[in-house]
Amino acid sequence: MVEKRYTISASEGLHARPTSLLVGSLAPFSSDITLVYQDKSVNMKSILGVMSLGVASGSTITVKAEGPDEHEAIAKIDEVMKSEGLAS
Amino acid sequence: MEQRIKGIAASGGIAIAKAFRLEHPDLQTEKVTVADTEAESARLDRAIAASREELETIRKHASEQLSESEAEIFSAHLLVLDDPELIGPVKDKIRSEKVNAEHALKITADGFVTLFESMDNAYMKERAADVRDVTQRILAHLLGVTLQSPAMIREQTVIIAEDLTPSDTVQLNPEYILGFVTDIGGRTSHSAILARTLEIPAVVGCRSAMAQIENSMTVIVDGTAGEVIVSPSDATLKAYEEKRRLYAEEQAQLTQLVHEPTRSKDGHQVELAGNIGSPADVAKVLENGGEGIGLFRTEFLYMGRDQLPTEDEQYEAYKSVLEQMEGRPTVVRTLDIGGDKELPYLDLPVEANPFLGIRAIRLCLQEEDMFRVQLRALLRASVHGHLKIMFPMIATLDEFRRAKAICLDEKEQLAKAGVPVSDRIEIGMMVEIPSAALMADQFAKEVDFFSIGTNDLIQYTMAADRMNEQLSYLYQPFSPAVLRLIKMVIDAAHREGKHAGMCGEMAGDEAAIPVLLGMGLDEFSMSASSILKARAKIAGLSKTEMEAKIDHILSLSSGEEVRSYIEESL
Repeated sequence: MVEKRYTISASEGLHARPTSLLVGSLAPFSSDITLVYQDKSVNMKSILGVMSLGVASGSTITVKAEGPDEHEAIAKIDEVMKSEGLAS
Repeated sequence: MEQRIKGIAASGGIAIAKAFRLEHPDLQTEKVTVADTEAESARLDRAIAASREELETIRKHASEQLSESEAEIFSAHLLVLDDPELIGPVKDKIRSEKVNAEHALKITADGFVTLFESMDNAYMKERAADVRDVTQRILAHLLGVTLQSPAMIREQTVIIAEDLTPSDTVQLNPEYILGFVTDIGGRTSHSAILARTLEIPAVVGCRSAMAQIENSMTVIVDGTAGEVIVSPSDATLKAYEEKRRLYAEEQAQLTQLVHEPTRSKDGHQVELAGNIGSPADVAKVLENGGEGIGLFRTEFLYMGRDQLPTEDEQYEAYKSVLEQMEGRPTVVRTLDIGGDKELPYLDLPVEANPFLGIRAIRLCLQEEDMFRVQLRALLRASVHGHLKIMFPMIATLDEFRRAKAICLDEKEQLAKAGVPVSDRIEIGMMVEIPSAALMADQFAKEVDFFSIGTNDLIQYTMAADRMNEQLSYLYQPFSPAVLRLIKMVIDAAHREGKHAGMCGEMAGDEAAIPVLLGMGLDEFSMSASSILKARAKIAGLSKTEMEAKIDHILSLSSGEEVRSYIEESL
């Protein structure tokens, strides 16, 4: 399992358009990808799940990937977080 | 009989046409027990596939007719359609409870709708509409009903609906759909935003429009006032036709001014700038012909979170604004927190008089580390444009000198570390405390520019809380006391060859503009939507004429006298 923490810097938090791109980019991966925020965790491939957390700007989240392509999945998340300005 | 319905003004302008009721078919579902759950699951898959095909067509339509960003909402719909947390539980329900797909879908989707609607965030509330929209589409396919499509309308109409789904709005063709009226929604609903993009007049949140308006009734939509008039009398109709003509004329004149300089009748040029709260607001300022940013409030970077923003986060925000402004002057105000704006994570002591307490520069000089982070971010961003740093709430020369010294110290350290910093950064201050206005002659020798913050200057001059409605007789921008202070600041700046701007509400007030122009104000900064009106206003004024009236205006004894003198003399 691979795990990584991010501090969300996007002023709108994990709500807006870039979040759709983030979730959309994970569909091709077969690993299980989970997003943990406060004491809740959701399937990160689910836009409804991710949005239901209401992650605010400035808060910290943990992303976990487990499966054959877990490293690639985390690399993808890294890339989208940066390119969409979600986290630095 | 003429009827009037009040709603929320969502998109300006006047539309007059016959009503077209856009009704969504009754997609009531019943709970039915099914024997073959596999077949039921397959039926759901087919409905999803058909919905996906439709959504892809609509998305294509949207990106061609509107913009890529409008089309993105349908990319989000497609994600919802394939969401494992939506479809998974629906299929589980079909299997475990042996129920029909319609019922399982409805129950599962309603859970998300309720969840999103309960969130204390306008954006999330709107997402509830997305889930509903996608669910309706799948349900329609399951039930074999056709959804009414606005794209099929081929005569000029005003659409009346309970609500417009995002997929409805994207099909609105302004050639036929002259306006719309909905019973629910607010100014930030997707439909309202789209109406403004398409420049279709719209009134939302009317509550009773569907109950009162029948097909083919004549309807007037006043999107500026937020009013709908049903079956208007001949007199009303005539009045609104005239209003519509004037509105169109005004809009046409205003759009012509977007790329024009701001010049008075007698050739005096001033700068019109925009006030912004985040990098996303820049586009609006430029679309409206703003020549600079006169006030970038940096508080948004600090608010609505649980810790201070990092230097890099701030750098990115400042860089984004400066780059978008492409070298135009950009005034960034350093943190103005305290007063009515709190930061819970700083854990500041409660004060008896927050507006007279530790706010803005006072706080920054106390929390110097926090202040230095912001200054470093600004200095690093300075190479991306024309940066002007402004300190808020300066009361004494010493405060300004200390703030400037910290800024110059950071600049020197960055230079030593080899970090590039622009050498044309200007350092100025906000004038919002009467002591600063009275000492403006001394400040003017040390600042690069002034910007008068009228909202606070009025409240501190009159010792009247601007939020207290009972004191509104004291909160008077035209009070000669306030005007004299403004004049002192402008004159002091000009004597030292410095620039005097204004970034309070007053700068965009059409009644105040003639006086400010006469006093020689160099830069007027306001909300983006006021810029073009201000430019038109200034084009019709003579600076020389207004200048000649200033002595008389300053000799009057009350705000009312000033106001009526200006009205009469123009």
